[in-house]
Amino acid sequence: MRPDQEIIQRWIEPDSRVLDLGCGDGSLLANLKQTKGVKGTGLEIDGDKIQSCVERGINVIEQNLDAGLWNFQSDSFDTVLLAQTLQALSHPDQLIDEMLRVGRRGIVTFPNFGNWKSRLYLSSKGRMPVSKFMPHAWYDTPNIHFCTVRDFDALCEEKNIRILERTVVDLKHEGSLSMRLLPNLLGEIAIYHIARS
Amino acid sequence: MAIDSTQLEETQTSALRSAIDAPDSVGIVTPRSYHFDEPLQLRSGKTLPSYDLMVETYGELNAARSNAILICHALSGDHHAAGYHSASDSKPGWWDSAIGPGKAIDTTKFFVVALNNLGGCAGSTGPTSINPETGKPYGPDFPVVTVRDWVKSQLNLMDRLGIEKWAAVVGGSLGGMQVQRWAISYPDRVANAVCIASAPKLSAQNIAFNEVARYSITSDPNFHAGRYLEHNTYPKQGLMLARMVGHITYLSDSAMRAKFGNAGSQLENTTRGNLGRDLRSGTLSFGLNVDFEVESYLHYQGERFSSNFDANSYLLMTKALDYFDPSVDYGNDLSKAFAEGDCKFLLVSFSTDWRFPPERSRELVETLLKAGREVTYLEVEADQGHDAFLMPIPRYINAMRGFLDNVYKELVTDAS
Repeated sequence: MRPDQEIIQRWIEPDSRVLDLGCGDGSLLANLKQTKGVKGTGLEIDGDKIQSCVERGINVIEQNLDAGLWNFQSDSFDTVLLAQTLQALSHPDQLIDEMLRVGRRGIVTFPNFGNWKSRLYLSSKGRMPVSKFMPHAWYDTPNIHFCTVRDFDALCEEKNIRILERTVVDLKHEGSLSMRLLPNLLGEIAIYHIARS
Repeated sequence: MAIDSTQLEETQTSALRSAIDAPDSVGIVTPRSYHFDEPLQLRSGKTLPSYDLMVETYGELNAARSNAILICHALSGDHHAAGYHSASDSKPGWWDSAIGPGKAIDTTKFFVVALNNLGGCAGSTGPTSINPETGKPYGPDFPVVTVRDWVKSQLNLMDRLGIEKWAAVVGGSLGGMQVQRWAISYPDRVANAVCIASAPKLSAQNIAFNEVARYSITSDPNFHAGRYLEHNTYPKQGLMLARMVGHITYLSDSAMRAKFGNAGSQLENTTRGNLGRDLRSGTLSFGLNVDFEVESYLHYQGERFSSNFDANSYLLMTKALDYFDPSVDYGNDLSKAFAEGDCKFLLVSFSTDWRFPPERSRELVETLLKAGREVTYLEVEADQGHDAFLMPIPRYINAMRGFLDNVYKELVTDAS
């Protein structure tokens, strides 16, 4: 399981309705279905990943998130997930509004660009960071809207979004006291549980 | 070495025999007619006193009678969905690419039922059948049948076959409308619904194409107000024209460029080449002859269709398409129509389909989501236009296979 997924699993209520935006191969939803009995649906645009979802028996809808969630009714899900996809959206702020229209709660995870490794890479090499964690060159990356933990906090405040919980982990999925104290510097993956105020 | 005609026939026969004997073919199949004496009350208010349904089945019904899949045909389809009727049959059933042992609709797992719908002309009661009241063919007196009426007759067939619940109902285009109607009218008799290249109702453009088809038939001097059989003739020109127009709408511009384009122009490369302007004989005739391959193709398709399909049936089928709109009973809110039942849906649309374009399937997805239903939806890149639903396009076929594999797994789990 991806480092952020175990934390997501803890936050999901049993038997709830979950919409996973950019659901990938459906493994997270499959896991939530099995362990929490959730009724899940995923949105995805990659054909191979959609096929994996179908084979796993996960409901998946081929839909580009940049077009919004127009076809979903307000309050039709308990939780809307956006895992490691925020940074690839054309209008991440608009999608977050949409998430909290369609779902009572949202869970957002993203690579924290404020992590010390990114800062060091940029400051010492003067080039956009490329690592195992962010493996793309600047010109062919799907990640067009990087942000930091502090940026996301500011967005939530601006939009009057309630942060129910926030945690950061590293790639090994380990959290620590120091990470809790300095999340924007030490956290590699940020995980937010949010709701409308 | 020149091949003489006998050798050519032998080569063709052996090629055909190997197609029939292929491990993924259902092989030789024999249709069977089921008679129903119970009158069928139709949506129009009329009644069909008794009727026959022509049916083909592939695979075996399991002991629990839980593995049955119903195939619903589109405008010009029939019960012959897979396999061959005889060793000299040159073409297999209309959906042979999807139905057979190991194929997406796997006949080693499922018992597949395909029928000719009422009003058709392939063996089920329709305009060419004898009207018991007059002793003559029904002709134009055959009542207008709707998708709802077809599904009602399919339910009677289901009961006759002793099937309590379809593991899946599957159909494309007009067939997809029957799939929707099943989920609406008989929600507890369907476990899964596969609806390909369909729409919740036709748009004005679609109705317009159907009206052109109908007008070309009814204005043919040989139509005789639908009683052409009594005059030992049929509206050949009208049917041809109807089919030619139909064919243009089933294909996409890019599919036509590729199909009729100079050698080497592939689907992915249709902006190059000659835009599908291949000439029949290499030179222009400077007359009103068939100059281009595309013209020849349309003539051939029209000709073939007009000698195989009954004009009154065609009129009925297009009316069934036009009339389909299940939302009318639910205050025009289709999501209310889908409120009951728990069948899962698989929907697929194709990028170049302009007869039932992706936005119509998206509409249906939105409706189903609003109704709280479980939906999987694929928008498949395909150049073949509406016809894509009949073709073995890998993404589409694999998704259907994956979906039905899970249907089968659940059957097996439920049984154990």
